[in-house]
Amino acid sequence: MTANGIPIGDVLLASAALFVIGLAGALLRRNAISIFLSIELMMNAANLTVLGYAAALHSLEGQIVVFFVIAIAAAEAAVGLAIFVALFRHTETIDVNQINLLKW
Amino acid sequence: MTVALWIVPALALAGFLLCLLVGARLGKGFVSAVGVGTIGLATLAAWTRLVPYLREGGAPVVERLAPWIAAGNFSVDLSFRLDPLSALMVSFVTSVGFLIHVYSIGYMKHDETDAGYARYFAYMNLFMFSMLTLVLANNFLLMFVGWEGVGLCSYLLIGYYYEKEYAAAAGKKAFVVNRIGDFGFLLGIFGVFSLFGTLDFGDVFSRAAAEPSHFAPGLTVVCLLLFLGAMGKSAQVPLHVWLPDAMAGPTPVSALIHAATMVTAGVYMVTRCNVLFRLAPEAMYAVALVGAFTAIFAAVIALAQNDIKKVLAYSTVSQLGYMFLACGVGAYVAGMFHVLTHAFFKACLFLGSGAVIHALGGEQDVRRMGGLAPRLPVTYRTFLVATLALAGIPPLAGFFSKDAILTGVFAAHRPILFSLGLFTAGLTAFYMFRLVSLTFYGGFRGSADEADHVHEAPPTMTLPLVVLAFLSAVGGFLGLPEVFGESANRIAAFLRPVFPPVFLPGREIAGQTLPPAKEWILMGVSVTVAAVGLLLAWDWYAEKAGRPAARLAASFPGLYALVADKFRVDELYDVLFVRPFNWFARVLWKVVDVLVIDGILNAGAFLVELAGDALRFLQTGNVRNYALTFLLGIVALLLFVLAG
Repeated sequence: MTANGIPIGDVLLASAALFVIGLAGALLRRNAISIFLSIELMMNAANLTVLGYAAALHSLEGQIVVFFVIAIAAAEAAVGLAIFVALFRHTETIDVNQINLLKW
Repeated sequence: MTVALWIVPALALAGFLLCLLVGARLGKGFVSAVGVGTIGLATLAAWTRLVPYLREGGAPVVERLAPWIAAGNFSVDLSFRLDPLSALMVSFVTSVGFLIHVYSIGYMKHDETDAGYARYFAYMNLFMFSMLTLVLANNFLLMFVGWEGVGLCSYLLIGYYYEKEYAAAAGKKAFVVNRIGDFGFLLGIFGVFSLFGTLDFGDVFSRAAAEPSHFAPGLTVVCLLLFLGAMGKSAQVPLHVWLPDAMAGPTPVSALIHAATMVTAGVYMVTRCNVLFRLAPEAMYAVALVGAFTAIFAAVIALAQNDIKKVLAYSTVSQLGYMFLACGVGAYVAGMFHVLTHAFFKACLFLGSGAVIHALGGEQDVRRMGGLAPRLPVTYRTFLVATLALAGIPPLAGFFSKDAILTGVFAAHRPILFSLGLFTAGLTAFYMFRLVSLTFYGGFRGSADEADHVHEAPPTMTLPLVVLAFLSAVGGFLGLPEVFGESANRIAAFLRPVFPPVFLPGREIAGQTLPPAKEWILMGVSVTVAAVGLLLAWDWYAEKAGRPAARLAASFPGLYALVADKFRVDELYDVLFVRPFNWFARVLWKVVDVLVIDGILNAGAFLVELAGDALRFLQTGNVRNYALTFLLGIVALLLFVLAG
């Protein structure tokens, strides 16, 4: 099974690598914007998987789903960045280790 | 013009609604007009039906207003029945009820607020509605509705002066004791339904009469249960304790509900079911025993009471016992006849006692009365007539009805019950004339201030007294004994259709007729006994100012105290039922509710709180911790899925 000539296994491998990189970034980084970018990376890894299969199976639905995900990710980015701006105005930092008021 | 039967109770219901909803706002004039007017109209409406029926008699008239309940093979209609028995009841319920409503205007007008006055007439009208429903009902269920309705009104009116604690407690007591009886009545109704498959009076009785040997075995239990209901409503021992306390209500209420009408509902019900009772001789015997015992028991208590209304209350209990004695030996006509005459003279006595209490500004203790005869001439004369009627002095009403009962008991070959009844007649004459002597003869024993205040009642109060006294005097001629001729006993002839012939195989029903010579002797004996009781009371209390009685009481102090304390039945019930029940309720409250039920709930809440206390430290507030937990969770889930 190939997607536009690329074996599907390679596509999956690439998307898995992308996902793990994103995951490591989300867990290890302390800068909120970096975490946010890592999450975007994970989401695009998922997109890549879907696109790979869509191409391999000649299915338009997969590509449409990816369009939706991208559109929603854009909206989400707007909301997320607004939150960080508001957060920074309050606490003068976007280090998530410093932002821990909501506990026990 | 014929008026539909349902109009009669409906008029009283309309009066109730008007008094209840707008009475307090529109004032006493409006309430008097509506409260008494609707009962007057109901009386007129009833009599337009009664007059032709009383004249011609005839088959029972059943008027079906609407279907009520229909479920499977069970169906009950809202239907009313006019037959000789209900005609008799309706005739005196409406007439006596109307007179007492008129009397109430004078009795209640002065000391009550507009709202209280409206409430009083609203309840009285509701009572009339319920009582008329009870007697006109054509099936057991509708009768039960009226039965509960009169019980409710009794409760409401006993507790009319609700701000007084004893009145509220008396109302509650009446309600609770009546519930015991009503429970029996309801079970009896279920029994009737399970035996006959219908609750319609006509169907039940005709089926029972048609196949006596088929139904007789089950009927003993059913009849005993029905009689339990009658015992509660008609205050028979051991359920008699509520009636004397019921005197806490206004005096016209005592006259209407607790003397003339409601308390006779039990006798009416037993008479209505006479076909069933006659098929259950053991139940009949129980009725006779309870009746005879109640008659003498209450009469003895009445000897030693000093509250004018208490004496009359125990007298009522005793007379109701008389009526049940009559029913128990099969002399239903005599029982119903006594219901009728008793309604006249006991209503008159209660209203007379109300006039005395009114004249003395609320005093009820006969030891603080005396010498009132010249000051209250109308009250005195009517009270005397009613007393003589109750005592059984010919030719007043009570003589004939009491004689009919005693003759019936004698004819049924029950010598012990007969002698109990005869002795009770003597006691009745004695305590009633003791009451008259203490109230009206001798010198006044109250304060000088009270003596100045004494005044005869207004005409709205004396007029009903005169009418009732007149009825007490002549009411007996409706039921002359058979020695005066074959058709002299008009009430027996009129009621005959209510008592269809019933033959129970294997049981011979004792002959009910006596040779004239024996009847004359019985009459002579009962008059002699009554006269002896009466003269003895007059001699002791009027001539010798109570000294012989006081000496007698002093020589048996323990016995006298026991009788004056009403044989301490209330105290016995307190120990046997009230306190254990309160104790049980406390156990339920303190142990079952507070300890067990609340305990389980509180323990659950405590565990949740404890868990929360421990687990809240997982909430670190650090987003990266959550993300790690998230990851570990997903990995675990993934492993689980892959492994599974």
